[in-house]
Amino acid sequence: MDKLQQHSIEYNETVISIQGLFKSFGELHVLKGVDFELFKGENVAVLGKSGTGKSVLIKIIVGLLKPDSGEVLVLGQHVDKLERKELDTLRLRIGFSFQSSALYDSMNVYQNLAFPLTMNMMNLSKKDVDEAVEEVLEAVGLNDKANQLPSDLSGGQRKRIGIARTLILKPEIMLYDEPTSGLDPVTSAEIIELINEVQQKYNTSSIIITHDLTCAKNTGNRTAMLLNGKFLKVGTFQDVFDTDDEQVRAFFNYNFIQ
Amino acid sequence: MAIFSKRKYIFSKGIDQYFTGVHSAWSFVALFFKEAFKRPFHWREVINQSFEVGLRSLPLITLTGFIVGVVFTKQSRPSLEDFGATSWLPSLIGIAIVRALGPLVTALICAGKVGSSIGAELGSMKVTEQIDAMEVSAINPFKYLVVTRVLATTITIPILSLFCSFVGLYGSYINVHTQESSSIIAFYQSAFSTISFLDIFTSVTKATVYGFTIGIVGAYKGFNASQGTRGVGKAANQAVVLSMFLIFIEELIIVQLANWIRYF
Repeated sequence: MDKLQQHSIEYNETVISIQGLFKSFGELHVLKGVDFELFKGENVAVLGKSGTGKSVLIKIIVGLLKPDSGEVLVLGQHVDKLERKELDTLRLRIGFSFQSSALYDSMNVYQNLAFPLTMNMMNLSKKDVDEAVEEVLEAVGLNDKANQLPSDLSGGQRKRIGIARTLILKPEIMLYDEPTSGLDPVTSAEIIELINEVQQKYNTSSIIITHDLTCAKNTGNRTAMLLNGKFLKVGTFQDVFDTDDEQVRAFFNYNFIQ
Repeated sequence: MAIFSKRKYIFSKGIDQYFTGVHSAWSFVALFFKEAFKRPFHWREVINQSFEVGLRSLPLITLTGFIVGVVFTKQSRPSLEDFGATSWLPSLIGIAIVRALGPLVTALICAGKVGSSIGAELGSMKVTEQIDAMEVSAINPFKYLVVTRVLATTITIPILSLFCSFVGLYGSYINVHTQESSSIIAFYQSAFSTISFLDIFTSVTKATVYGFTIGIVGAYKGFNASQGTRGVGKAANQAVVLSMFLIFIEELIIVQLANWIRYF
């Protein structure tokens, strides 16, 4: 799928801008000077080995973690300098899909989806909430699962509901943390399709954290390779794939892919 | 200078961790008071949690309270008989149950049942990223999960404690009734004749403090759980052990304070 032809990306408008980002956990230096930009309407797939700080990066973007140093601008605001209320207002514009889906296991699917809406927009009527839930369930193709508990859903369905829960707040930015991990190839392909549909239908800009090459290739307008705490290469999937850098080549396991 | 810059701990790992833990626990308590009085108030969730706490503990508290009443009466009778003072039995049991046993038994049962449950539930939510999911949805998880649960235990446990005292006295009456014929009204009148307003007030205050302790300790341990499923078990276990320990310390302090007020 040639995504650049289908979806308009505004390369003159940055929604996320990161400069010189450092983050350590004790002695472990995870991010060592990350520079990055995400443009409006663009999907960027971030590839990298496990433990290279991919998830840390998006957790900093959404304000779950504080950076040690560096500048993180999201929709024009310095995330690490915001007060709780301002951060919450910004978070309403960002969707975060967790690797584990993180569905509230004491609530059924309907309640999971309605929860962010009812907690943030308390003046909504029951009818408005029902309609919003129905819309996002339709968007992820799971209209018949509203009354089921998360424990009754398959891995792929949980991922879809996790994405639906973020979509209900109509975010401008989507952050996907390993959206296809632990899924079979067919379900992975469905999630990849869903990520692209979300980009088209909701006009989102997204960062897709993954180590799944198929996912990176098919969802990212650009691909970024995070190794040793820095982006070694950012470009189209082919650009990154064709690089001569030994470490990137090792990651791709070139012969296997061929 | 190089030596100082490479130092990892101020004192030692253990001492540093202890003080960090104390600071973190007090910050958690301070945050509770800060958030509890700020809008929005999740009253519906407080009511839900209160029902959970109450219904979850009621059968066990009823049974335990009744047994404590029966056993305590059975054990006290021979000593009072030696002095020919069995008529003082209802008063003795009344004072013992209302002042001490009712709140303490309720608190210990709730620490085991409710405290562990809060620790495990929040711990599980923490390690499965459900708390982070609330955070990124612009919902304050501390307010929604911690404040509501702590308020629920603080409100419900005094009510359970009064109920436990009432059932304990009933258990005592059943035991008395099997030995000598007496009416339940006469028994309760005799039991309450020696109980003052200060006794009831102290009993409710104690139960309120225990309720707060159970809620806040369970929530603190759960909210700070780590290391996956092992961490969840650890959080539940620590919630019970620490809250029971604190309950006994609080019992000691409140009894001293009540006695001081009584004889002031």
